[in-house]
Amino acid sequence: MYEQISSNIWRSRALILLFLVLFAGIGYVFARIEGNILMLPLAMGIAALMTVGSYYYSDKIVLASVRARPAEHDEFPHYVNAVEGLALAAGLPVPKTYVMDDSAPNAFATGRDPEHAVICVTTGLLEMMDRTELEGVLAHEMSHIKNYDIRFMTLVAVLVGAIALMADWFWWSGRLGGFRSRDDRDSGQLGAILFLIGVALAILAPISAVLIQAAISRRREYLADASGAMMTRFPDGLANALEKIAADQQPLESANKATAHLFISNPLREHGGGLNSLFDTHPPIEDRIARLRAM
Amino acid sequence: MVTAAWVIVGVVVLAILFVIAKYNQLVSLRQRIENAWSQIDVQLRRRYDLIPNLVETVKGYAAHEKEVFEKVAEARSAMMNAQGAAAQAEAQNQITAALKSLFAVAEAYPQLKANENFMMLQEELSGTEGKIAYARQFYNDQVMAFNTLIQSFPTNILAGMFGFTQREYFEMEDVAREPIHVDFKQ
Repeated sequence: MYEQISSNIWRSRALILLFLVLFAGIGYVFARIEGNILMLPLAMGIAALMTVGSYYYSDKIVLASVRARPAEHDEFPHYVNAVEGLALAAGLPVPKTYVMDDSAPNAFATGRDPEHAVICVTTGLLEMMDRTELEGVLAHEMSHIKNYDIRFMTLVAVLVGAIALMADWFWWSGRLGGFRSRDDRDSGQLGAILFLIGVALAILAPISAVLIQAAISRRREYLADASGAMMTRFPDGLANALEKIAADQQPLESANKATAHLFISNPLREHGGGLNSLFDTHPPIEDRIARLRAM
Repeated sequence: MVTAAWVIVGVVVLAILFVIAKYNQLVSLRQRIENAWSQIDVQLRRRYDLIPNLVETVKGYAAHEKEVFEKVAEARSAMMNAQGAAAQAEAQNQITAALKSLFAVAEAYPQLKANENFMMLQEELSGTEGKIAYARQFYNDQVMAFNTLIQSFPTNILAGMFGFTQREYFEMEDVAREPIHVDFKQ
């Protein structure tokens, strides 16, 4: 179990490094094509601004977008007690507890660090799970908090958004400004090559960004499963919970594509085999159960 | 000559930095153990405080089950008098056992089981049992990390110099995995 955790951490680091290189590379190429080197710091500045904004307000935005409300101890004693217990097990401050009034069983964690963390579950999850299963799910979310996944995932989401934004920008400026006028300044061949690279990047960047986001997200789910199991010392709790979740076919109404990767299981209930599985933000639930059963 | 002097200075500086880092690591682990211990203590006290309320509620329906009430009261006072980790753990096990038989008695009184106050107390107690188990697990994890560190070379030399000694694990019967529930029919 320890090996799985450390190897996952290293792979995630490699992925985020790749992401940053990609980001800088695209910024550079676009800046060359536009012939205006000021575009690079401008793009970086916007990206930094978005990162800072999401760093401080992501939890509030997410909670509002899924229409969650605070869960008080009087109304949900077993939920709040379980979260408090797991905070002790993880040696973390107790996260704020929220619920979504929805019968589809699901859960997510958000916030910027363990001191400002939030756990949110659906009322459907609370009704469906017994104590060990609920603790399994909550331990998974607690691991996202402990591993700083909650911050990481938001930053990844913002990086993906920023790359897509730059690609859009390229398209617009290409159409409006015209590259032809700049051909005089650039030596013709270089300009043409850069233009082709730019077109390719504008097409590939958003796609690869989404692919990387999905891959990072999937690794983090396995990692959170593993460290959550270590927290409760009872992998079968989460495995049973995932089986129940897999058997349930209701989609979560308040989730959308932007928040999907935050949840413990894909709230949109869409996944295909083959090439489609590259875009999944969650590993196949059967595979997660099998790994937990093998611990 | 000058080079050799610099090398010696460099080695000494590195050694000092290493000692400082390891010393601070030992201190922070020891602090974390203290903190983890106080977390266990908070939960044990919480359980202790819940008991009188529970006993009163059960008495309202099953006043004649004197034996079990005595057992609970006895376990409760044993906890107050317990000295040291081992005695403390023993007293806690006694409380756990007494509570188990109290809930077993409650099984025979359907009206009591349907009492809202009783159900709330039951939830609070099993929640607290869970927290005790998790706080203890965290404490023991910290003790393991600390003990491993002060036995490993070269930290063991530092630990000896600065008087860091191994800590005891907090052993208790595991109650958290199962809700307190005894079925007489079996």
